[in-house]
Amino acid sequence: MADKTSDNPGSVEVTRRLVLAVGAGTAAAGILPPVPRVKAQQTVTRVEPGQTVQVSATVNGQPFTLEIDSRASLLDLLRERLDLTGTKKGCDHGQCGACTVHLDGRPISSCLTLAAKIEGREITTIEGLASGSDLHPMQQAFIDNDALQCGYCTPGQVMSAVACVTGGHASDPDAIREFMSGNICRCGAYVGILAAIQQAAKVMEG
Amino acid sequence: MQALSYSVATSAEAAVAQFAEAGGLARYIAGGTNLYDLMKLGIERPIHLIDVSRIDGMDAIETGGDVLRFGGRALMTDVAYAPVVREQYPVLSESLLKAASQQLRNMATVGGNLLQRTRCMYFRNGAGSASMVGVYPCNKREPGSGCSAIGGLDRNQAVLGTSEACTAVAPGDWPVALMAMDATIELLGPEGSRIIPVAEFYRLPGETPDREFNLHPGELVTAITIRKTHAGLKSTYHKVRDRESYAFALASAAVALEMDGATVRVARIALGGVATTPWRSPAAEALVVGSSLTPERALQAGRAAFTDARSGEHNAYKIELGARVIADALITAAERRA
Ligand SMILES: Cc1cc2nc3c(=O)[nH]c(=O)nc-3n(C[C@H](O)[C@H](O)[C@H](O)COP(=O)(O)OP(=O)(O)OC[C@H]3O[C@@H](n4cnc5c(N)ncnc54)[C@H](O)[C@@H]3O)c2cc1C
Ligand code: FES
Ligand code: FES
Repeated sequence: MADKTSDNPGSVEVTRRLVLAVGAGTAAAGILPPVPRVKAQQTVTRVEPGQTVQVSATVNGQPFTLEIDSRASLLDLLRERLDLTGTKKGCDHGQCGACTVHLDGRPISSCLTLAAKIEGREITTIEGLASGSDLHPMQQAFIDNDALQCGYCTPGQVMSAVACVTGGHASDPDAIREFMSGNICRCGAYVGILAAIQQAAKVMEG
Repeated sequence: MQALSYSVATSAEAAVAQFAEAGGLARYIAGGTNLYDLMKLGIERPIHLIDVSRIDGMDAIETGGDVLRFGGRALMTDVAYAPVVREQYPVLSESLLKAASQQLRNMATVGGNLLQRTRCMYFRNGAGSASMVGVYPCNKREPGSGCSAIGGLDRNQAVLGTSEACTAVAPGDWPVALMAMDATIELLGPEGSRIIPVAEFYRLPGETPDREFNLHPGELVTAITIRKTHAGLKSTYHKVRDRESYAFALASAAVALEMDGATVRVARIALGGVATTPWRSPAAEALVVGSSLTPERALQAGRAAFTDARSGEHNAYKIELGARVIADALITAAERRA
């Protein structure tokens, strides 16, 4: 699951966001591994408004060190400082699951995680699931089963869904529904999400 | 949110020392699932946070001896799935697994859970409801300002343990299960360590609803212990909510029984979702002890728990619902293998 990332840290698909972030000139090189991408963030000297703390952690296999506002959430750190905008902000109060990421392999709500608390830990976001251009089986299953409409909840759904299978909670539909209840879908794509998890479970469990 | 400083404690002693140094506006932070939420709402305003989620050994889950002992920073998930807890104390496991979501249970600690604050809509200034967001008088948040829930939208408010000043529900499920299991709380503070029964941990609102816990400033919950009992086997946590999962209780019951054949020898019954503190009901217990547990008897016991209930305009349903939740929990517990 989370370790999918470390399989192949050197190669990453050039996404639309990456192009936007680094500018077409650099991206034209074709392969821009995530290392420089994260490092590029660090070189931006940004003055945080409040008191700061230094935090070093690993995101999608890439270590980083940043001086952050001690009040910041992990969600804001990911989106605003590391430009990993796949993780979404729905409620910002732990109620919707849109911000779900893995911390040391377990799903958590990044909006209610104080960023200062992640020192030394490993985070996996939706951007870290695929190996190069190979989608994670769960991502593929979401596509195959139309498990989304607007897609806003999807990154969080996928992160929980992966843990649902790896944690052994995908044994039957009720177990899946219970495990997934922390991820709300405003579009009501639940039927497709359930089907996607059942499909991916077969692939992931081999 | 105002600027704040942050420090990490690696031992319980260090945490207490850091608290003493930082003074009254410091807070311990464990998972942060309640504290950080309330900071975002401007309801908690610490100027210093002491991270207790890395304290060495304070995540231990010990189930080998005569007592179950859960370190204060053990995660809800880890306690819920500990084999002995799952197999021999369903009331504990279920109270944890029916709380919050899997993400939150991976963050939230069993110690922090004891100190979570009410979800009363007025206390939270309408957070979570687009039409309710505002600034409301609340005696718990601003002592002396009044209670907006009394005479207001009181559908979720308590019917037991209320006062003229406050009707806010104690939100946690785990503390209700602990109440039924006669748990004790181990504390370490500036004055040293002490151990108190969970029943003495919570305060009725009375005239001071802002004071919810019998905790001295700077005291840290280092562990929760439960003396092992056969009542663990015949136990359950039954929780009724607006949706099937991921919601706070409208009414819940933690029930644990010891039986001789069909006769109840010992009954432990505690309630959630209906009272201002986790609520033990000796009246309900007395009604089932010494008799065989028929559905009629179970419902009688349920009703007995609410003899002193007082409802407002929209929450009278909790009295009947709560009685039936107890009755159903009693039957479920009795049917569990011993
Ligand atoms: C959307 C949502 C739904 C939820 N649903 C439920 C539910 O259905 N049932 C339920 O029971 N709960 C529910 N919760 C609440 C959740 O269980 C609690 O927020 C959590 O248990 C608190 O633990 P924590 O470690 O995150 O505490 P924190 O938020 O870190 O701390 C809470 C309080 O405890 C203090 N504290 C923390 N650890 C210690 C310690 N060791 N010693 C002394 N003081 C300490 C802090 O200073 C703070 O005042 C829900 C929460 C959310 C956000
Ligand atoms: S944004 Fe974190 S749970 Fe909604
Ligand atoms: S697909 Fe729109 S919120 Fe889930």
